[in-house]
Amino acid sequence: MYDGGKIIAGLAVFVLLFTFPFWYNVGNAAYTRPKLELPKEAKECVEKTEWMRAEHMQLLNHWRDEVVREGHREYKSMVAGKTFNKSLTKTCMKCHDNKEKFCDRCHNSLAVKPYCWDCHVAPKGEK
Amino acid sequence: MKSSRRKFLQIAGLSALGWSICPSLLQASGHGGGEGGHGQGVRWAMAIDTRKLDDKLMEECVHACHSIHNVPKINSKQNIKWIWSAPFEKLFPGQMHKFLKEVPEEHTLALCNHCGNPSCVRVCPTKATFKRPDGIVMMDFHRCIGCRYCMAACPYGSRSFNFADPRRFLKEQNPDFPTRTKGVVEKCTFCAERLDEGKRPACVEAAKGAIYFGDLNDPHSEVRQVLKERYSIRRKPGLGTDPSVYYLI
Repeated sequence: MYDGGKIIAGLAVFVLLFTFPFWYNVGNAAYTRPKLELPKEAKECVEKTEWMRAEHMQLLNHWRDEVVREGHREYKSMVAGKTFNKSLTKTCMKCHDNKEKFCDRCHNSLAVKPYCWDCHVAPKGEK
Repeated sequence: MKSSRRKFLQIAGLSALGWSICPSLLQASGHGGGEGGHGQGVRWAMAIDTRKLDDKLMEECVHACHSIHNVPKINSKQNIKWIWSAPFEKLFPGQMHKFLKEVPEEHTLALCNHCGNPSCVRVCPTKATFKRPDGIVMMDFHRCIGCRYCMAACPYGSRSFNFADPRRFLKEQNPDFPTRTKGVVEKCTFCAERLDEGKRPACVEAAKGAIYFGDLNDPHSEVRQVLKERYSIRRKPGLGTDPSVYYLI
């Protein structure tokens, strides 16, 4: 092999840099799910907690399209058979009335920035 | 039948020709896409009584609309308006002549006409502006990319563009209706969100009987009754946009 030393040295540097995120975090505490402040009065959500945790973004996307473009405003829940008004501010935020202690905690720790609140008004006039 | 390469190519060519002609023939034989719910179903319309409206009442209508829909007041050319008062000569330029004494200076209300043949819907590249089956020309603010084609297309100046974040200019926010964001066009939606709840538009309620509202396809509706009794005009009818807002003279 020509220039074997240089190639191996280069590969070593590459592997070291490529795996930087892994060994940089060695010894740090594992990711823990942030504690959310749940509404005190309401007991059940539109759907089950696990389902909402995984699918709330798709649900809100569907709600948005169905309300704005088709004018369908009633959502039939899969669990209780109840119907809800498809509205972020009038349904979700009526129970989860503190965005900072509910939405933002997970979104911040996962570094996602949904742009809902650029237009929709968060409860209590938060920005 | 003996098949040859020559025969196969001939048949293939003819079939390709047939396939290319067939869809356009089918389309030509149809009646064209009839969107927008004309002739059947609901078509919301408004009749503005220009004699009953005075400056105070108009101000109340504008305030009712703008406070519910989080429309900011900006003291510059970048102001945003869903409904506003304007002089007759601006609204009906084709109807004015020099012997009209008082009418040109008088003001009345202007808003989106919710045209039956809306030019803004035709030009919107993202379908952010679209026509609902009940005749409302609706805006999906989520989809608007701020290209402002619709503003160029609208002959009535019914649309406003957010040159800056509108929240800076809002003293109070109605939490039940979203604000808009920078780079989005907005306009009157005929209170689609209130109609879906069974309420009448905010300006109609605030006008205390000076604005009639109802279904244009229902001969017994309030609008149809008043249109039958009184003389009415529409803005720039020669453009063929078919407005749903009528002015009672």
